[in-house]
Amino acid sequence: MDRVLFGDNQFFGVNHMSEEKARAQSMRFQDIAAVIEVLEDAYAEGIRTFMCTTHERIAEVCDHFRRHAEKYPGFKFYPCLPYAHKYANAAAELGVLGAVRSFLPQENALGALLKGGMSLARKDVEGLAGLLIDAEMKMFAGVETPIIFLQNVATDFLLGLGFDDAFKIFNDHVRERYAAEPGFITMNAPFLLEKLEKMGLKNPIICANVNKIAFRMCGGLEAYEAMIVQNRCRLIAMSVFASGALPPQEALDYVCKFPQIKAIVFGASSRRNIAHTKHLIERRTLSGSPVAAEPTPRQ
Amino acid sequence: MLRAAIIGLGKMGLSHQSMVNVHPQLKLISVCDSSGYVLDVLSKYTRVKTYTDYKKMLAAEQLDCVFVATPSRYHAEIVAAALERNLHVFCEKPFALDPGIGYGLADTAERKKLVNQVGYHYRFVATFNETKRLLEQNLIGELHHVRAEAYGPVVLRPKGATWRSQKSEGGGCLFDYSCHAIDLLNYLVGRPIAVSGSVLNSVFSNDVDDEIYSTFQFSKGLYGQLATNWSDESFRKMSVKLSLWGSNGRINVDRQELQVYVRSPRPEEAGFGAGWTVRYTTELTKPVWFYVRGEEYSAQIDHFVQCIKTGGVALSNFRSASDTSLVADRMRADADKSRTPVEVNGVESVKGGGDLSGSRPAKSLVRSLLDRIGMGQINNG
Repeated sequence: MDRVLFGDNQFFGVNHMSEEKARAQSMRFQDIAAVIEVLEDAYAEGIRTFMCTTHERIAEVCDHFRRHAEKYPGFKFYPCLPYAHKYANAAAELGVLGAVRSFLPQENALGALLKGGMSLARKDVEGLAGLLIDAEMKMFAGVETPIIFLQNVATDFLLGLGFDDAFKIFNDHVRERYAAEPGFITMNAPFLLEKLEKMGLKNPIICANVNKIAFRMCGGLEAYEAMIVQNRCRLIAMSVFASGALPPQEALDYVCKFPQIKAIVFGASSRRNIAHTKHLIERRTLSGSPVAAEPTPRQ
Repeated sequence: MLRAAIIGLGKMGLSHQSMVNVHPQLKLISVCDSSGYVLDVLSKYTRVKTYTDYKKMLAAEQLDCVFVATPSRYHAEIVAAALERNLHVFCEKPFALDPGIGYGLADTAERKKLVNQVGYHYRFVATFNETKRLLEQNLIGELHHVRAEAYGPVVLRPKGATWRSQKSEGGGCLFDYSCHAIDLLNYLVGRPIAVSGSVLNSVFSNDVDDEIYSTFQFSKGLYGQLATNWSDESFRKMSVKLSLWGSNGRINVDRQELQVYVRSPRPEEAGFGAGWTVRYTTELTKPVWFYVRGEEYSAQIDHFVQCIKTGGVALSNFRSASDTSLVADRMRADADKSRTPVEVNGVESVKGGGDLSGSRPAKSLVRSLLDRIGMGQINNG
């Protein structure tokens, strides 16, 4: 796993602090060419991993990287599924079962539909989950996906329900069908880790918020820090800037204090900010932190 | 440990289940839904006890509280049955569709000293609560105008398959989206005394309204406007925004961000100097014990539990939710009644056009317009 991963919130109007900023971003990235341009900048700065949702527009990004694979050696995707709003909106319109049905594969009809129909009828959750994962993974055919993540809404919903088998089902399907490693995004990392270990999933890949103001770190800062130093999981830190509430240097001084954290995922919209953040992370990683203050480029 | 059950396992019921199940002071005893399919899966994988008939469940299980998240039309009947058995009740919004029935249920719950809460979760969003605090501090002075807006992508095609697209089931934007905006207005500035100019318009739906506009009159010369539309996919998810204008400034607030403009700063609110101050959810939101889809959803469940433990009154209760249903009900009545619009025809130009000195004072013009459209007075007697 690379030390620095590139995220996609900025491309799809997700900003946890400001709706205005989110709208401005979704306007700027309306044309997929603008997204690809930023990804090329990230590649030029040495970033090789794009951690992204399965938003339908990511399909166009995959197309580009598939078509021009020779230009981007080593570039890989970490898909995060399912794209939850799609399901939530469909559940409001079609009901819970209707939503599930609407996302089962339509094409290659006979086999998939039969299998889906049978999965539905037999309450065969393994079969159904496999079909839904495959439907979301279709867009990544032909690009590298060494880690596949379960999105936090799904992870935490299943965690709350006590639907522990789901993690095992996800684990097995991702390993068998995609020869990939499963990852779990969560806002409740210490609790999730306990559950995963109980299910026999040792040293799992977990992606969770890590920031010193404990923004969306359920269980609290202490529990997170204890979990990190025990080194029982391969942790990817996200929301390290707490959606912009923390200045970059202060934020990274905190996260890089923990050598146990395997990677940091961040999003940015300009080459200058990508380069700056990557540099800040790498400087702290190599020298041990904290390091002397550095000038921040103007946004 | 409080023994809890959930009735209705759609999107909201399942979401509640995932939080109730891991609350340290709640023990989830059973769930109930009409869909055998969902129940079978839950029973097989989460080992929760399931029922298809809520009456049987209430009779069979020793419970302290229930969460009701069925389609809106069934709320009143189920809540009444739960109160009958002296259970504390958390009901999904919009509570009872008929405000009269809602107030009756509020009377019963209050008489029995049972905690009664309704899932208007925006009352648990930190930015809106900070707004409430600032209004109580009179930071932006006497309010004269408020605007509440809610937009999002629920109905984007003519056909819907669920109760949300049927008027008789309590579907439609009015009871789905508008109620959130109305409830926030009630919470922050008080219930309006009259509504007028209400429009319930269809964009895609055959049977229900998709967009709603209305003018509210509050006491003391405060007027408000409401605009809600659930057929707007330019928003990724539901977005509720309030703008408030006062004699000493204004506030714009949504779930993420609180923007405050202050004309003359007040010494007791040192954090809000002259001009703009912005506060974000990241600094205002208190941590929750478990997070699934937004702190407010967790916080409202914890609040319900703490009210039961301490005998407190819920922030969003049967009475406040009935106030919200009442305003919605009056908006529908206002929209249904025939009225004579003020026509806009061509006007011959007058000498010295552009000079408004001879025109009528703005206030009397507003008043005469309001008189002509006939404001629907709100009474709950």
